[in-house]
Amino acid sequence: MATETHGMNWHAECLMDAGSAKGMPQLCTDWMPNQVFWLLVTLVVLFFILKTIALPRIGAVLAERKGTITNDLAAAEELRQKAIAAERSFNEALATARAEAGKIVAAAKADIQKELDAATARADLEIGAKAAESEKRIAEIREGALAAVEAVAKDTAAELVTALGGTVDAGAVTAAVAARLKG
Amino acid sequence: MATEGGFSIHPMDQFVVKPLFGDGPVEWYTLTNVTLWMGLALVCIFALFVLATRHRGLIPTRLQSIAEVFYGFIHNMVEEVAGHEGVKYFPLVMTLFLFVLLSNLLGLLPMSFTTTSHVAVTGVLALLVFLGVTLIGISRKGLGFFAMFWVSSAPLALRPILAVIEVISYIMRPVSHSIRLAGNLLAGHAVLKVFAGFASMAIISPLAIAGAVGIYALEVLVAFVQAYVFTILTCVYLKDAVGEAHH
Repeated sequence: MATETHGMNWHAECLMDAGSAKGMPQLCTDWMPNQVFWLLVTLVVLFFILKTIALPRIGAVLAERKGTITNDLAAAEELRQKAIAAERSFNEALATARAEAGKIVAAAKADIQKELDAATARADLEIGAKAAESEKRIAEIREGALAAVEAVAKDTAAELVTALGGTVDAGAVTAAVAARLKG
Repeated sequence: MATEGGFSIHPMDQFVVKPLFGDGPVEWYTLTNVTLWMGLALVCIFALFVLATRHRGLIPTRLQSIAEVFYGFIHNMVEEVAGHEGVKYFPLVMTLFLFVLLSNLLGLLPMSFTTTSHVAVTGVLALLVFLGVTLIGISRKGLGFFAMFWVSSAPLALRPILAVIEVISYIMRPVSHSIRLAGNLLAGHAVLKVFAGFASMAIISPLAIAGAVGIYALEVLVAFVQAYVFTILTCVYLKDAVGEAHH
């Protein structure tokens, strides 16, 4: 920049002939009114832009966001409470259903037991009847067998007496067999 | 400044105020490079804080979230440092912060002009803060504002001496406030220019360019840090005017 500005008159006291700074440009009082004037203009414009437009807008956005977040958190908390309540009622329903099922199972078991007992009793009766019948038949058979033994014994005794050359006295044989059988 | 051999370095030329059009003298109303770069800072702030936020998105766009970050950052700073009463002056603090920050950052563009490297500019900013804080303090606390110079926790014999020291340090505030900012930017930009000047010497040009890159990175940091420091000091001064007495 410095080379192309020959012949200017910015403020000769603060500048060398070639347009370079003489000493510290910061201390050149000739420029200060200009700097101060434009600074004040800039600050005033900036202040009004910020004060009237930018800061209220950003403040409102931040407040709105904060409100939204707070509301959302409250809504989330509410939903969480609802979820907890729903879970609790579900658990209650589950417990009730379980108790109901237990009751039904117990009732069914009792029914079955009753039927089972009745069937067992009936079966026992039948078995008892069958056993009694069988015992009676066995007794009959035993009677029959005993009678047969007596007859065979009489016959055998008579035959033995005959074979030994005696005479058979039917009455004595019968008495003897009876005595033996009794003994 | 230094002219030796085939190259010359003029680290201060970048700070020269010159008219945008023609070669006339620099009057107070002349459109100069000061006007241009302050105007560009204004345009950038307008773009970021007005255009980028025009949708008022509940879910912000990238630019809108940058504007929101700056808003939240400065708002918190004012509230924490200056106290709850200071929030009323948040737009003023925000104006100062954004102007300083954008001027610092735009000043880092090549061929640009750094308005905040001039003590005339930072001095006016610091004087505005100084006068503003003093007037706010007097209007809020009346003569009680001057009680902060009377250190009631010190032994009675020491209080007049401390009062003199307090008054001097109070009056010196705008000086340190403004020279800190302008001095940081002036020094950084001048050093950058010196490094850049040495880059035309073939032997040391790699070193000079590496140095310039390093200084540039440092200057980006300085641009933010000095804007932050200027703003937080403004808040600290504001606290004297609006906060509870802390002496």
